[in-house]
Amino acid sequence: MKKFKNGVSIFYLAIIFLFLYAPILVLIGLSFNNSMSRTVWGGFTFQWYASMTQNDSIIDALGTTLRISIFSSILATILGTAAAVGICAMKKRNAQIMLGATNIPLLNADIVTGISMMLLITRFTHLGEASVMVSHIVFSVPYVIFNVMPRMQQMNASCYEAALDLGASPVYAFYKVVWPELIPGVLSGFLMALTMSLDDFTITYFTKGAGVNTLSTMLYTELRKGIQPELYALSTVLFLLAFGMLFLMNVKKEPNQNRKEAKA
Amino acid sequence: MKKLAKKTLSVLTTVLLILPTCFTMTGCEKAEDNSLVVLNYGKYIETDVLKRFQEETGIEVKYEEYESVEDMYAKYKAGSIDYDLICTSEYMIETLRKENELIPIDYDTLEYYDNIDPKIIEMSSSFDPTHEYTIPYFYGTVGILYNTTMVDEDTVSSWDALWNPDYDNQIVQINSQRDAFLTSLVRRGYSINSTDKTELTEAFDDLCQQKDLVYAYLQDETYECMISGDAAMAVCFSGEAAMGMEYNEDLDYCVPEEGSNVWIDSWFVPRTCKHYDAAMKFLDYMCEGEAALENFEYVWYASPNLYVKENEDEETLEDITVFPTDDILDRCELYVSYDDEMLDYTTDLWKKLKAY
Amino acid sequence: MNNKRQAYLAAPYGLWIIVCTIIPLLFILGYAVTNDAGKLTFDNLLAIADPVNLKCLMLSFKTSIITTVICLLLSYPVALILNSANIKNKSFVVFLFILPMWMNFMLRILAWQIILSNNGLLNSLLSALHIPTQHILYTEKAVILGMVYDFLPYMLLPIYNALSRINNDVIEAAKDLGANNLQVFTRVILPLTKSGVISGIIMVFVPALSSFVVSNVLGGGKVMLIGNVIEQEFTLARDWNTGSGLSIILMIFVLLAMGITQKQDNAGEGGTLI
Repeated sequence: MKKFKNGVSIFYLAIIFLFLYAPILVLIGLSFNNSMSRTVWGGFTFQWYASMTQNDSIIDALGTTLRISIFSSILATILGTAAAVGICAMKKRNAQIMLGATNIPLLNADIVTGISMMLLITRFTHLGEASVMVSHIVFSVPYVIFNVMPRMQQMNASCYEAALDLGASPVYAFYKVVWPELIPGVLSGFLMALTMSLDDFTITYFTKGAGVNTLSTMLYTELRKGIQPELYALSTVLFLLAFGMLFLMNVKKEPNQNRKEAKA
Repeated sequence: MKKLAKKTLSVLTTVLLILPTCFTMTGCEKAEDNSLVVLNYGKYIETDVLKRFQEETGIEVKYEEYESVEDMYAKYKAGSIDYDLICTSEYMIETLRKENELIPIDYDTLEYYDNIDPKIIEMSSSFDPTHEYTIPYFYGTVGILYNTTMVDEDTVSSWDALWNPDYDNQIVQINSQRDAFLTSLVRRGYSINSTDKTELTEAFDDLCQQKDLVYAYLQDETYECMISGDAAMAVCFSGEAAMGMEYNEDLDYCVPEEGSNVWIDSWFVPRTCKHYDAAMKFLDYMCEGEAALENFEYVWYASPNLYVKENEDEETLEDITVFPTDDILDRCELYVSYDDEMLDYTTDLWKKLKAY
Repeated sequence: MNNKRQAYLAAPYGLWIIVCTIIPLLFILGYAVTNDAGKLTFDNLLAIADPVNLKCLMLSFKTSIITTVICLLLSYPVALILNSANIKNKSFVVFLFILPMWMNFMLRILAWQIILSNNGLLNSLLSALHIPTQHILYTEKAVILGMVYDFLPYMLLPIYNALSRINNDVIEAAKDLGANNLQVFTRVILPLTKSGVISGIIMVFVPALSSFVVSNVLGGGKVMLIGNVIEQEFTLARDWNTGSGLSIILMIFVLLAMGITQKQDNAGEGGTLI
């Protein structure tokens, strides 16, 4: 019975993974396609990987994309985590007002957020790269907050108080008691913020200054004449890098876990 | 908690204080000169030409691209960026002209303006009647791209083909309000610029009826869809048709007998222009023969530059997908931009059609 | 805990909300209650009553609800399996669910186009297996599929987070007290993951309601959602006033829907999200 159950579980997971990864496989396939059209198979080639690094506009866009995404998601994580910790200590009504406002960027259609941010920024200064960063923080902070809040709420407040009673300073108690509980939420919030930022088109389009291009905005304008296959190659490389990093992080983590288990 | 709160608070307030400074820093960049902000359709220039221009003149070009005219208008109208030079479709230029957004071009400073075909300049009268604001960049037609293994030539010589129930789920209509209405207006023998509401309503009813047969309303992806053989025929622009035909030999293009639209994408100088002299240099460079030829061979729409016509081979010149013949041009009309009331009325019909 | 001091941690965010959320919203509100000439009017807000807009709104609700339900049904079992399975690196497996998002969104949606089109990969596979081909691309089905694909991780992560926090002792205790597996699930696990489920529902339903890119690309322009209407008001119709009015109305609808969800949660136990 247990074996059967395991089998069903694995089968189910496999189906879900197939669903999630089918388009990825298609795109990786396209990066080896020797044709500018995405619906024609023109034979196998590595040329897009070779020409990718020579294409200035793509490398520029990649740099801009990474700068914007990393900065905005780090700032969003700091801002959002602090906010989540703070909101939890608020009176219920105030907390609800804060959370209600937090929802606004999620509720708005992207184009509305994009245009309203553009109106705000052009009123005070000019559009550039920083304006895109700020707008990205706007829509990614809610994801951080919604990932950290549940962690905060389900935490047992008495542990923290006990630590204080036992003479720990607030900072030390926070670091030792609260923070470990929050980390998974903070991390998944950060990752979500990062992925949202990497993916965004509409808000970036409306808030970017002249000559600023991210991979997304570049991609959209290319729909008209066919996407440069180098972009598939670049995406594949980025994807594999992300995968490799995850893999390494986990290999490194493993000995720790084993030790923990051994102790137990 | 006190210390922590204070610490974090101070860190965060610093961050918040620094952010606006970042803003102003980028804001200052605008003071630097010898640059030029150009806005054009996506993939509408040979990048080597752009590079050469920058090298030869020392002008730094901030090149911006847009996907649809409507997005461009929204961004321009918000005044978010001071563009120096814009290339867009004729009906949008007319709208902007009526809103007094254009600055006259100083044609005397242009060495190569004579390269531009006087016939095309003459055609531009409909949106630039005094010939002082625009320079044509590319032009083309709207027609039907069809798969010769599924449809024969006679069928697509009339827009009726798009209403033929034999091609259920095989027809791609264009995802652009005016061009879609054009197919059904012309089919009924009306002008593509009709402002008669009964005519427009008839056209609308036809389009609703057609929706059952339509595989999709597409614009940018039309040629991909036709290359793979997903559909039998598609309404599209001539340049896109040429691109599709390059990948799939079974495809062919035709402008139906009832008539169609000819469009002219042109350069103009908007009121926001801060670098007028550099803009003139850029325009002149675009008119120069070799640059125009390179652009043509990259974009593959009809070029109004006579140098291109003199230097291209017979085969290209005779390809009606690229260069529409006089006969085709005679039965095509240019769009006249709608006034506010007509714009509301027609976008409403379009919305109804899509939600139908 | 010194609540007052801790609450100050949210102060920078409060400032942030005012500058970057409330003020831009006021711009939009300004457009929503005026007309071209800048005169006060409620026409833009009432535009939602227009039959076409109403129809698109209903279609949006329908697709968002279906998307949310499918996401919930697909991801709850995944979370359960991941949580109970004897996998060494659970966090690694969880990350595998977000990893696809590192491919550009637009590219992934285009890949679905290639898979689902008339002569696409799926249909080639089906005809090779002698199964009748399906017409999926450019229908509502394709739009829902695209949204489920896009939003699945947002549902999975909060549920898994909530599930992983359940102390095994609680489940053991329930079993010791004579509960069978089903009872453990309905009486213990489900209530304890409620907050996760609710934040998942919100994170899927809300963006699904206003999304327009998926319906543009996979709906082939035949599926008009309220997000598409708003987008077109801003671009095609050049009517920012109506566009703003409709977005404000949409926001009110979402707030109402969320209020209901939240009440549901309050009635249960304390672990509310919003």
